[in-house]
Amino acid sequence: MSIIGLVTVLLIVFLAVFAPLVATHPKHASAFVDFANASSPPCRIYPFGTDVVGRDILSRIFFGFRFSLVMGVVVLALVVPPGVTLGLVAGYNQGTWLDTAIMRITDIFLAVPPLVLALAMCSVLTPNLFNAMIAVSLMWWPWYTRLVYGLASTLRNEFFVSSAEAIGASKAHIIFREILPNCISPIFTKMSLDVGWVILIGSSLSFVGLGVQPPRPGLGTMVADGARYLPDQWWISVFPALAIVVVVLGFNLLGDGLRDMFAAEEG
Amino acid sequence: MTTDILTVADLKKYFVIGHSGILKREPITVKAVDGISFGVREGETFGLVGESGSGKSTVAYTTIGMYRPTEGSISFRGRSLFDGNKERPLAIKKEIQIVFQDPGSSLNPRRSIKQILELPLQVHRQDENRLEQVVRLLEMVELPPDYMQKYPQMLGGGEKQMVAIARALATDPSFIILDEPTSALDVSIQAKIINLLIRLQNEFHLSYLFITHDLSLMRNVASRVAIMYLGKICEVAEAAEFFRNPYHPYTRMLLSSIPVISEEEEKLKPKKIISTGEIPSPVNVPTGCSFHLRCPAKLNVCSEVDPVMVEIEGQTGLARHTVRCHLYGQAG
Repeated sequence: MSIIGLVTVLLIVFLAVFAPLVATHPKHASAFVDFANASSPPCRIYPFGTDVVGRDILSRIFFGFRFSLVMGVVVLALVVPPGVTLGLVAGYNQGTWLDTAIMRITDIFLAVPPLVLALAMCSVLTPNLFNAMIAVSLMWWPWYTRLVYGLASTLRNEFFVSSAEAIGASKAHIIFREILPNCISPIFTKMSLDVGWVILIGSSLSFVGLGVQPPRPGLGTMVADGARYLPDQWWISVFPALAIVVVVLGFNLLGDGLRDMFAAEEG
Repeated sequence: MTTDILTVADLKKYFVIGHSGILKREPITVKAVDGISFGVREGETFGLVGESGSGKSTVAYTTIGMYRPTEGSISFRGRSLFDGNKERPLAIKKEIQIVFQDPGSSLNPRRSIKQILELPLQVHRQDENRLEQVVRLLEMVELPPDYMQKYPQMLGGGEKQMVAIARALATDPSFIILDEPTSALDVSIQAKIINLLIRLQNEFHLSYLFITHDLSLMRNVASRVAIMYLGKICEVAEAAEFFRNPYHPYTRMLLSSIPVISEEEEKLKPKKIISTGEIPSPVNVPTGCSFHLRCPAKLNVCSEVDPVMVEIEGQTGLARHTVRCHLYGQAG
């Protein structure tokens, strides 16, 4: 199953990166009108049909992958370094005021549902992809802090940490050179599982109009565009929706595979 | 007259493990170490022996600085190791190093042997050529230089322990705590590690605090031996005196339970004393002498009054011999 996940993810990345070359109608990715072919059902030229202004759904999905991947990658890039660092610092200093301060703040952030906060933020600020990413990032780091906190607070009692302390190594060395390398596998597993979730939330925001803005082809935006024409012109919504499913499923399968792989390595 | 390099004075380490009562919150403590004093002399091996749960590892961990003492003091060359809440200075950390029992846990699985051995060099000797130093450290513990590139999990238990010893030597210390350095290893490797430790001690004039539950090992290794029972020291003596002429009933029990092969060895042992019972929980320390529940020579006073350390004339000449038992009164 994890191989399927890996293949799916690689395929999506390939399609996203080379979208202008792979897509049959690259111009359809932005503002483009072809009323002659509007709302065409799936056919040989338009395998997934066209939307109400005549744009090729399949081409737009390829470009939509770009926004999804950017969302996933940027959010994780923003979230993982601070989340992990805070978890390491709190875990290593377990039982001190620093631990209490970091972990209580983390708890407060964890208590807010990410989608709700993202909705609130994006409706106050300009709704666009950038603000959606910021909003999701703000809610996502505590999960990494939590994960790493648990690992670090166990690892700090290992004798190799005591040895480093007896030698007189700096706290920075102990946290980043002794403890962090032992947290890498769970962090990577969580990241690969999270990409799917972040993409899903990004698509949800796009669906309610707070993420990728038309005429750009966000997958969620496309689902929302076609929702009005259900069920008669079903292809406008259904194919982008299926694309979301495939992306999320691909990353989740890959994440499961990585977890099994790391578990086998540890055992 | 040799001087003490490490002095432990009335050291107590209690751990709070919970609270009793709902309104009156009385802390429940484990008295892991309950008032022990001893000195380790320059260049000697001081053997601290006890069953598991006797608090001997707590002494090691407190000395290296993993715990702060509840009461009492530890000083190194006359300088206290616990100066308020301040971090121990690097100059003292350099002098005192430790080898832990389980080399599997004391070496970071994600760091190569080279990285592991480089750390103390980075911290303590910035100017020298590190690669050369790492090779030299590996040579000291009889490992080939190409082990540098390996990771701990590629090594056997004995080899890992050798790396741990090399790491302890890397700061060029004068005092090393050996916390059961051989008890996690195969018997065939134990002798090799012990010989290595003795050779290194002579070569670098090291002082050892050797913590173990293996009393027979101490006969060959230690200059002096102390027996610990439930956080307290029962008896301290020069090794030769200790094995020939044990006073404390607990020591006799331990010595008589060492398995031996030859008749001559059997003759050296005190007469057979059957070991009874097990070490009680240090949460609920018996009143009086903590050993009285298992003691074959129990007096009435033993269950009420905790005996104090007294010095008695050793039978092997000038050897000092101290024991904590009511059988040997103040008169000695």
